[in-house]
Amino acid sequence: MEFRDAWAIASKDLRIELRSRILTNQIAPYTLLILVLFGFALDADTQTLRDTGPGLFWVAVLLIALLAIQRAVKIEDDDAAKERMLLTPVHSSSVFLGKAIALFIQLFVLEILLFFVMLALFDLSVEDPLLICVSAVLATIGVASSGTLYGVIAAGVGVRETLLPILLLPVLAPIAIGATRTFGDAFGRVDADGWAWFGLLSVFAVVYTVLGMLAYGQLMEDA
Amino acid sequence: MKFKTIESRDGQPNATSSRSTRFLGLCLALGVPILVLFAFVFSPKDDTMDDAVRLLYVHVPVAIFSYIAFGVTAMGSIFYLWKQSRWWDTTAHASAEIGVIFCGLTLVTGSIWGRPTWNTWWEWGDVRLVTTLVMFLMFIGYLALRQVPATPHVRAKRAAIVGIVGTINIPIVNRSVEWWENSTLHQQSSLTDGNLEDLTLFTWFLGTLIFALAYVWLMIHRFRVGWLSSEHDALGYGAAIEERKAEAGIDTEAQAQASEDGGPQ
Amino acid sequence: MTHLGYLIAGWAFGIGVPALYAVLVLRRGRKLSEVVPSDRQRWISSTEDQARIKDE
Repeated sequence: MEFRDAWAIASKDLRIELRSRILTNQIAPYTLLILVLFGFALDADTQTLRDTGPGLFWVAVLLIALLAIQRAVKIEDDDAAKERMLLTPVHSSSVFLGKAIALFIQLFVLEILLFFVMLALFDLSVEDPLLICVSAVLATIGVASSGTLYGVIAAGVGVRETLLPILLLPVLAPIAIGATRTFGDAFGRVDADGWAWFGLLSVFAVVYTVLGMLAYGQLMEDA
Repeated sequence: MKFKTIESRDGQPNATSSRSTRFLGLCLALGVPILVLFAFVFSPKDDTMDDAVRLLYVHVPVAIFSYIAFGVTAMGSIFYLWKQSRWWDTTAHASAEIGVIFCGLTLVTGSIWGRPTWNTWWEWGDVRLVTTLVMFLMFIGYLALRQVPATPHVRAKRAAIVGIVGTINIPIVNRSVEWWENSTLHQQSSLTDGNLEDLTLFTWFLGTLIFALAYVWLMIHRFRVGWLSSEHDALGYGAAIEERKAEAGIDTEAQAQASEDGGPQ
Repeated sequence: MTHLGYLIAGWAFGIGVPALYAVLVLRRGRKLSEVVPSDRQRWISSTEDQARIKDE
């Protein structure tokens, strides 16, 4: 496994995404729509929105992640790209890392956008910027690595769009809980030990990155 | 009820039952009424829970065996990846299906018990409730994945990885829910504190035994159904190949065989 | 007896659902075993069962 290979694969995915402009023209507006919908659903009550903001943020991220993972799988399905990738002398764990890195970068960019829009729309103020940054990074690593793993499991099956959410969302429950708590703490909305949650997010990220690197080769061959 | 349905009809292969499962079925048919009798009549009511305690004689055994069933699925998944044997794959699948049923029952009976006792159908703050719910959803996903058509080996491999990864995730979910609300309405295991009356203890024991038998009985039958089902799929492939061969006129014997196979259906 | 409605509901689920599932599994097994040849049904190993299969 070489990191250079992983980076090559990540940059390939990112370049395809940049050229297709789906991220900027469809997924980014979708994230904003989700926030607006939450506003409608919870009435124009800023206090409620402020209290539920951290949770809504991560629900939105998980919904976006599902779309981004489907995209990442589709890239490999098109034009027999996967078969060609199998022919290259790149180790499967590098492929996994590459795809996860590309997913991570896309998600993180979207999260930054979502975050600042949310600050404005929900009128939130940040008390602990460092906690926000590191927990967002770790939670996103967790989402990206588990998403890449489950993406390849659901790849190549006819019911991918419906299968992926029911496989992935229960697995992401610890992220949904943990990241919401850290954000709640960092916004000063809840009395929680954000840094303990940060530990849990790191465990999740590490576990899924390792599992993904181990299992990806097995799954890629026959996806 | 169960006993009746497994009696063989004359002149037919005996489906998935055998002498041992018939014996197990008989034990269950006798044991369930006895358990109901003990749970409703002989065992005393609880000081704090009143008669609601009688629900626990079904709730706790079902919960225990849903956890055991998922454990067997995880074990079957690991052994499948190791040995690549169909036996382990079929075991993992059978156990997951029974586990999902038992897990769903755990949630439902727990909810029915919680209403009179905790005065709520559902408590988000309770670690075991939320962990069990997440586990239930995770294994529903596992079963959904198993429904997806693929070659047997690919399907088994995917399912095995999802089974293992899902199981590894359970402690993380548990920990996260525990920190989340840091509270539980579940009492500490009341079995160990030693103030239980003999009859209560015996009813617990009987309930666990009955559900153990039910799990084993269901496992054997569900395993055999899974085995038959993959034999049936293999038969389908084989018959299709024979048909193509026959069409091409490669083997007249195969042609005769194929039409014979297709005959009775 | 207190909470009788809850008790009946809980026990009806606890016994009824596994019983229903058992019936479904048995029916599926019976249907499949009619299609799959007897020699591929590996667990039929008792002499009694074998004898019956030979008779058919």
